[in-house]
This record gives sequence, C-alpha cells and structure tokens, in this order.
Amino acid sequence: MPAMSESWRPAASREVMQLRARMLRDIRAFFDQRGVLEVETPLLSSASTTDPNINSFSTRYQHQRLYLNTSPEYCMKRLLAAHGDSIYQVCKSFRDGELGPNHNPEFTMLEWYRPGFDMFELMDELGDLVQMLAGNYSLKSDSVQKISYAEAYQHAAGINPHATSADECRSCAVKHSIEQPVGLEDNIDEWLDWLLTQLVMPTFQADGFTFIYDYPESQAALAKLYKNQHGFNVAARFELFYGDTELANGYNELLDADEQRRRFEHENRQRVKTGLQLSIIDEKFLEALEHGLPACSGVAVGLDRLLMLLTGVDKLERILAFPFPRI
Amino acid sequence: MASYNTNEFKNGLKIMLDGDPCSITENILVKPGKGQAFNRVKVKNLKTGRTLERTFKATESVEAADVEDIDVEFLYTDGEYWHFMEPETYEQHAADGVAVGDASKWIKGQESCVMTLWNGAPLSITPPNFVELTVMQTDPGLKGDTAQGGSKPATLETGTEVKVPLFIDEGDVLKIDTRNGEYVSRA
Repeated sequence: MPAMSESWRPAASREVMQLRARMLRDIRAFFDQRGVLEVETPLLSSASTTDPNINSFSTRYQHQRLYLNTSPEYCMKRLLAAHGDSIYQVCKSFRDGELGPNHNPEFTMLEWYRPGFDMFELMDELGDLVQMLAGNYSLKSDSVQKISYAEAYQHAAGINPHATSADECRSCAVKHSIEQPVGLEDNIDEWLDWLLTQLVMPTFQADGFTFIYDYPESQAALAKLYKNQHGFNVAARFELFYGDTELANGYNELLDADEQRRRFEHENRQRVKTGLQLSIIDEKFLEALEHGLPACSGVAVGLDRLLMLLTGVDKLERILAFPFPRI
Repeated sequence: MASYNTNEFKNGLKIMLDGDPCSITENILVKPGKGQAFNRVKVKNLKTGRTLERTFKATESVEAADVEDIDVEFLYTDGEYWHFMEPETYEQHAADGVAVGDASKWIKGQESCVMTLWNGAPLSITPPNFVELTVMQTDPGLKGDTAQGGSKPATLETGTEVKVPLFIDEGDVLKIDTRNGEYVSRA
C-alpha cells in the first residue's frame, strides 16, 4: 500500500508505460498487415451480461439505466452481422467485484473476429500474435502447446471432465490434498472450475503458452457445440494461458439466435438461484443473430495481463497507471 | 444472526470459523474468466492467534463474529484475574490469564490497553506498543562498553526477563517494545 500522501502517483513506471504504448503499436501493425479493421463500439450499453459469474457496473443517463460493457462482444457481432468484415478492437471492459492479484475491475481488452475461421485457425492466429510479441520483448520462451480440456484434465487429475460426477471430483480433491471450498457442493461446473485452477492449470508448461480447447458443453457461453472425435458433445471454446495465467478466451461463435436466447434465459435463471440480480437480455444482439451472423470465430485477450508477462512485472497493479486503489 | 457475504470480505473483517472468532488478514480472488469465483482468505484466529487459510465459493455468506475493540486502562491483578476499566464510563472488565496472554509480561498498572471483546466478554488484551519498566535485577554493568553491543539478561518489575546492553544498571527505567519484547533505550 502506498503511503496516503503518495497515492496520487502512478503505480506503473515510465518504462512500463512506454512498453504498453509499444505493445499497442505492435498489435495494430499485426492486424493492419492482415487486413483486420480496427473498430470502436460503445462502452455504455442498455443491456447487462447474463453470465452468472460476471457482474456489470450500472450507471445512468438522466433517468435511463445503463451498464458498462463487460466485453465488447455484442456490439462487435452486430457489426459483423451488418458488414461481415474481420474486425478488432482495443477497449476498456468493466467487471464489478473483480479485484485481486490478477484482476482490476476496469481493464484493457483486445477482441477480434474472423469470418470464415474455425476455432483452430483462430488459435493459430492468436499464437502468431503472442509469438510476435514474445519475440519483440525477448520473452524467455515463445513455445505454444495445444491440448484439449479433456486431455489436460485426464493428465492432471485422471478424470474425464465430460463424464464425471461431483463425488468423483470430491475424491480427486481429497487424493490431491486440495481443500474443498465452503459452499462448493454438488455443482459439476463449479467443481470443474475449482479443480481447473488448483490442479490442472498448475501442470501447464511454466515458461510458454498453453491452449486448451473443447470445453464442457455446460460451459459453452457463446460458443457453438459439436461432437468431438471421442463422441462427447463439447463447446468450440478455447482459452490461452502463459504458465497458469489465463490470457484469452475464444469461441467458434454460436450463430443460432433461438439457442442463444435459451442460453441467456438459462443463465438468468441461474443468476436468480444464486441471489444475483436478473440481467437485461441484449435484444439488439439477438436481432442481429436473427438477421444472420457470418460463420466466424472470435477471441478476447486481457492486455494488462499480457503486458505483465511481456515486461516481467509480477504485479498487475504495477502495469496500470492508476490501479483501482489509486482511483 | 448477522452474516457477511464474500463480496464484503476485506482485511480486518471479523467472522466466525469453526466456532472461533477470526479476523481476515488477506482476501484473494481466484476466478477463471468465465467461471465460478472463489475467495481464498487468510484469517487470524482471535482466540489462539494462529493463522489459517480457508476458501469460500463466492456469494456464500459467513456468520459475523460479534467482536469489538475498546480502550481500557489496566488497574491491577488479583493473581487470577486482571482488572481493567473503561476511562470514559468507569465500567470495569475482568480478564482471565488466557485473554491477557503475553500482555501480562508488560503491564504493571495504569497503562492504556486495547481490550477485544467477543460477545461482550474479554477475548484478548493488546498492551501499548511501548512501555517503561524499571530494572529490578541485573549483573553489574560494564562502564564504557556501550559500543560493543554485548547483552545480558535483566529482570523487570513485572518479573519479565529481557536482553539489555551491558551498561544497564539496576534501577534504570527502560523503554521496551511489547510487539517483539525487545529493549529500545533507557527512558
């Protein structure tokens, strides 16, 4: 904690500020070369996120209730539905309640969409981007590994995440001396999230990038579902890590408006069950899906965490000019 | 019964864990981007002073501990209880040896202490950070040895033994840091 009298000062050094500017230049050059158009969409929204694990900030314009974006996804997909271009955006996103060693409630996100790309093509492009940055910043390693969610789980925990039970997760936790959090009972997805952070992520290569893909069907969010080669229904969703730090989340995007509405409504029911506020479903986004979104893949990257990695600074708050405690 | 949601967790918050009152000393968010959040907290058990770790699923609620700190002055001990008084109200509180703990090594009377109450009963006593106590017994001092940094034991008026520099004599009044039990200077 800074002394009270010093809390006006930035937490990031001049050098980190310069490296951030350079990272943004490199990212823009990367997309420019590939013909991906930079766009801007509003940070304010009349809808909030239905994701039961993410909470929107709310504000208002005079008497109208508005929310700050938790990601620019819905507006960017409306652009895709209208114009069909490959697009990217660097913007602030806001998530209420997310503050910690790897979280700041307001953070910088890079998000892009590629019509015609499947999940693996987009993983390759994200791999190219981070390897380019790793080279420019002389990162220790730029090795990239790809492993399915099920393989990662099987390797680290010896269980099949697509066909497991809360009891099996619980005995797996006991076997690996992992604490059972207070309030974690029989919900499979909560167990999978918990064991992922405690058991699976720590097995990823420490110096290098790891992709995991084919998430459980129940954690699809906005991804398409498909049957993988082992016959399990999985989500065409991937994440990127460096060591055990989560950097990005991407999908082969769900195109079906009716299915998307069902997921939003299901998420809203889950919110009510856990005592959270009901969210406002984004009807304009659903209208855009009804109009027709080109088959595409998209990904969101947390740029503050990426910069933390590129600069070797070990605290997120030293990457931000004015982290949350200094605003 | 009062309770706190995990989103109210912060350092210093008093919660009940395993039947004991505890104070949160660290609260870390563990959260996959799209997944369930957990709060990993470190707490200090206010009865035993031990630190322990516990993880909660976010949005869980936890029973609040009815714990408050009050300013008191130490009056005297009758051998079994230590008697304190709130200077504002003259209300007296008797604390047993378990609650007084190490504070008994440093207080002789009239010191301003902080008493932590749990459900209205004394749970612990925090003495002032610095106290001044007279040396009752120590071996004769060595004159002119102030720079050498040697030390010897000295017994204070509370019966507590501390390490002091060689030049300290019986009857000297010493300033002691109660947080680490170390000699600071002559008062």
